[in-house]
Amino acid sequence: MSIARFWRETPRRYNLGGSKCTVCGTVYFPPRSVCPECTSHRQSIEKMVPFQLSGEGEVISFTIVHEAAEGFDMQVPYALGLVRTPEGPVLTGQIVDLEPEAVTIGLKVRATFRKLREEGPSGVIHYGYKFTPLDETGILPSARGPPAPVASKGASEAERTSA
Amino acid sequence: MRDVAVLGVGQTKFGELWDRSFRELGIQAGLQALVDAKLSSTDLDGLFLGNMASGALIEQEHIAPLILDATGLGHRHLPAVRVEGGGASGALALHQGYLAVASGLYDYVVVGGAEKLTDVPDETGQRITSSAADQEWEVVFGATLPALWALVARRHMHDFGTTREQLARVAVHSHEMGSKNPNAHFRNKITVEQVLGASPVAEPLGMLDCAPLSDGAAAVVLGPLESARKHTDTPIRIAASQVACDTMALHQRREITRLDSTVVAGQRAFEQARRAPSDIQVAEIHDAYTISALVSLEDLGFTEKGRAGPEFESGRFGPGGKTVVNTSGGLKAQGRPFGAVGVAQVVEIVRQLREQAKERQVAGATVGLAQDVGGTGATTVVHILERAA
Repeated sequence: MSIARFWRETPRRYNLGGSKCTVCGTVYFPPRSVCPECTSHRQSIEKMVPFQLSGEGEVISFTIVHEAAEGFDMQVPYALGLVRTPEGPVLTGQIVDLEPEAVTIGLKVRATFRKLREEGPSGVIHYGYKFTPLDETGILPSARGPPAPVASKGASEAERTSA
Repeated sequence: MRDVAVLGVGQTKFGELWDRSFRELGIQAGLQALVDAKLSSTDLDGLFLGNMASGALIEQEHIAPLILDATGLGHRHLPAVRVEGGGASGALALHQGYLAVASGLYDYVVVGGAEKLTDVPDETGQRITSSAADQEWEVVFGATLPALWALVARRHMHDFGTTREQLARVAVHSHEMGSKNPNAHFRNKITVEQVLGASPVAEPLGMLDCAPLSDGAAAVVLGPLESARKHTDTPIRIAASQVACDTMALHQRREITRLDSTVVAGQRAFEQARRAPSDIQVAEIHDAYTISALVSLEDLGFTEKGRAGPEFESGRFGPGGKTVVNTSGGLKAQGRPFGAVGVAQVVEIVRQLREQAKERQVAGATVGLAQDVGGTGATTVVHILERAA
């Protein structure tokens, strides 16, 4: 994936920036330009506004991946889940900081900013969201670090923690 | 709109065909179909070719004229169109061919499907398989196509009590059928224990829950039903040809255990054919993953939501059952050359309705259905075929 192709989505992948339809109130992630819920799509054109997800959610399904997606080979086996946010959208992402076998449907999680994958040893490194247990007692001791830095220093957190 | 019939069918063997090139496969299937239809190439009005990923797989785009030319038709300047819809590319090409003949604009067309997967390493093939999912919002975050279907499987098991053994039955059945199909990629039978013991791909799915990467091609010749008897004693009418799409990403569906594109394409097809699921004696169903077959059977209305696992286990969809599925061996055993799959499904239904399926024949089959899915259900194509009166 080219640098620009990944980079142009960073506001969404780094900060969970979605959109909200001001006609019907439905929230979307990733953001949409028109609202599929409004009876006539035209009603919502230019009426979609940016909307920030809280990053919290609940696992509605999960898998433990053994044959990795490209760039994820070093992470197998890893848990991948569908996370339903309280705002509505469902997101696909890795569930980390616990043994994959400990993931369950119904697990409460929050988004965390991490390294996703790298394109080879000297290639581009992609960052974005993964999900970690909301209840910190569920987090593996090895995944616990110093207190989380403020959001703008997110990159250092990602470097600190391997998936 | 006029009635359209399948006049001829052709298909290569599916599998790891190291000695066969993309164009050789296309030629073989296309010519077989032409001969079967007793049609001369001078009668043809066009070619529609289903293919998912020739650019990534063999670094060749612009393949519709390539196959047309290779088949000796280039100098006749026929229109040749490639059609792409992920794993549903072949069935989508058939839909386009159907529209062309039904409209009256074209009389006779060849619809082909072809894919050459073994010219790239296995990892590349797997990566390209996953490109039928959403690269930006699924694959970038670690998803693969089997992982996404595993998410469907886990939730289906959670909501409806579907078991690993019930999933395994789907693969066991496909291999049982594949053992009777000389064109199948896999002709070995397998057991539930083998499926459960296979190496995990994306839990709960293991290697034997997933269809292989195969080379292969298939073709059909379509023409107006009114003149079909000039070409064949057993014209097979296309009673319905319907396409429905849905959100690209699985996580944007209303229910992750339901393929709304299959629900809608199925309803439209049954309405067009004036048929019900209970009329279907043979069906080719999208078993790229064991779970995809179970949800498809539910969403086409062959059984209630959540019931496909136990029904499959009871033999409802096996030999002697009310609707016998995947007599070809399905994607799991016959093989999965993406663009060829949807066309090969229809080739098998035609053989069944003509009573030419030999060992796999379902006695007295007169109505059949084929369902082809792209990705995790962003596209579904459903065809219903009937032996013409």
